[in-house]
Amino acid sequence: MSRKNGSLSSRTRFGPMEWVWLVILSIGLLLIVYPLFWTVMSSLKSYNEIYNSVWNLPRQWLWENYAKAWQKGISSYFKNSLIVTVSTVFSVLFIGSLCAYGLSRYQFKGSRIFLLLCMGGMMLSPQVCLIPLYKLLQFLNIHNTYFAMILPYVAFRLPITVLLIRTYFLSIPKELEESATLDGCTPFGIYARIFLPISKPILLTCAVLTTYYSWNEFLFSIIFIDSDSLKTIPAGLMNFRDALQTDWGVLLAGMVIAALPIIILFIFMQKYFIRGMAAGSVKG
Amino acid sequence: MTHKKRRLAPLLFIAPCMIILLVFVYIPLVQNFIFSTESFSAFSATKEFVGLENFKTLMKDKVVYTALRNNVYYAIISIICQVGGGLILAAVLEDVAFRKISPVFRTVFFIPVLISMTVICLLFSFIYHPQIGLLNSFLRQIGLDGLARQWLGSSKTAIFAVIAMSQWQSTGYIMMLFIVAIQKIPEDLYEAARIDGANKLQCFFSITFPQVREMLFVTMVTTTIGAFTVFNEPYILTKGGGPGTSSMTLAVHMYQSAFVRDRMGYASAIAVLIFLICITLALLQLLALGNDNSEAKTTKKRRNAK
Repeated sequence: MSRKNGSLSSRTRFGPMEWVWLVILSIGLLLIVYPLFWTVMSSLKSYNEIYNSVWNLPRQWLWENYAKAWQKGISSYFKNSLIVTVSTVFSVLFIGSLCAYGLSRYQFKGSRIFLLLCMGGMMLSPQVCLIPLYKLLQFLNIHNTYFAMILPYVAFRLPITVLLIRTYFLSIPKELEESATLDGCTPFGIYARIFLPISKPILLTCAVLTTYYSWNEFLFSIIFIDSDSLKTIPAGLMNFRDALQTDWGVLLAGMVIAALPIIILFIFMQKYFIRGMAAGSVKG
Repeated sequence: MTHKKRRLAPLLFIAPCMIILLVFVYIPLVQNFIFSTESFSAFSATKEFVGLENFKTLMKDKVVYTALRNNVYYAIISIICQVGGGLILAAVLEDVAFRKISPVFRTVFFIPVLISMTVICLLFSFIYHPQIGLLNSFLRQIGLDGLARQWLGSSKTAIFAVIAMSQWQSTGYIMMLFIVAIQKIPEDLYEAARIDGANKLQCFFSITFPQVREMLFVTMVTTTIGAFTVFNEPYILTKGGGPGTSSMTLAVHMYQSAFVRDRMGYASAIAVLIFLICITLALLQLLALGNDNSEAKTTKKRRNAK
């Protein structure tokens, strides 16, 4: 991330302007960090303590809030989120890389149209298709099943995934493919044995972005799922809040559990995260 | 390989993707236009054709205007805070003076982007809470009791409280995009400017700003599209656009028309309105980027010619 070291001797001096900016940046830091810190801190408090001394550290560290949150529903939401996210990621990667291979390795009539269909899909907001999708899922009889989330997620993640992988595939030298063909490799063999293995960085990038999307997706999951037992974390937390009423400590513990996986993923995969977001910045 | 097989192969590779896109994106998109001319409920088998009736209702619906106004507020404030603020933050953090500490700042500023909107909304419902809320409690402690109020309970402040939360969450995202864009600027441009005696502000306006122009445009369009499709924030934080309809947005109004009032046809008409706004913005971006791309190509050619 950091820039290559140029000559910076005269520019690294900290003048008054730099101090002003440092103060502004630190206030910004505090504005972001404090609410997050407060969430974690209050998740270890009882309702009374949150209510009466909102700023103070917990007198008693109630770790059992986490156990309670886990037992009272978060475990099931967590499991659903895992199932939906993993299925979405694998489907998107497989279908998307297949399509990217077809679009990048062949010249054929209509390939431009298919490419445009992908780009158009990237621009489209899910809100616009919401009602027909709802009707479609009812018609297919998969409303209120995992598929009601997985299929739309896959559909809305495919465009950006195809475009990212296609760009990567285009950079793979043609000779590699030609020599494999001479060795008797089928097109699918070339895709599976040559293209996929050398495209790990971009596949990881797409996997990370799709995980981020499906873990946090909210709109589809509240509309296409009715049963509490099938809800993913973002939708489930709403029910969780209503069920707990004033058990704030437990609610906050649930919120921390919900947020942690993606933050941890980011810490380990920061490079892929940012690369993908920048490349896909044409749309979210 | 036979000739026919050779022609069929690419289609086999792209077929699964295209079928999914057609079934779950493009056909619903077209269907939405048809639905907008009909009147029906969620579980009804029949639909009644009503022509442009839904759009006439739309024009007369006061809530639509409230929602549009809120979406416009959302867009304006988001462009100023997220795009403007994000660019300034990125430029400052990429300044050599902050090189050592900037990774900490940019990671922290990015954390809210990673957290799901539900969690953030629940957190802000604590921050805005009239009794225990951190915001009111903070205002009272620094002696600004007069400013403490029911942030989400008053129809005057609710939408701004929602918008403020969005800025808190998303500024870091736009900042990160600008950081990536700034890092792509060749160092020798700054080098040359320094030799010419340019100060940091001059460097920003004559190098950084023109060099990130494309990203500036992209982020402005994405932020605006985001502002016109915003759903989660008002849906969760003000429980569907409350109090009354004061913090309604188009997407929430569409959701409520469809799934609360069961007027699916009318909701589709609202979706058409959202679509028209978004497609206009997206085309604007395509047009501008198309021009930019051709510019980029010519500069590349020039560089190659050297």
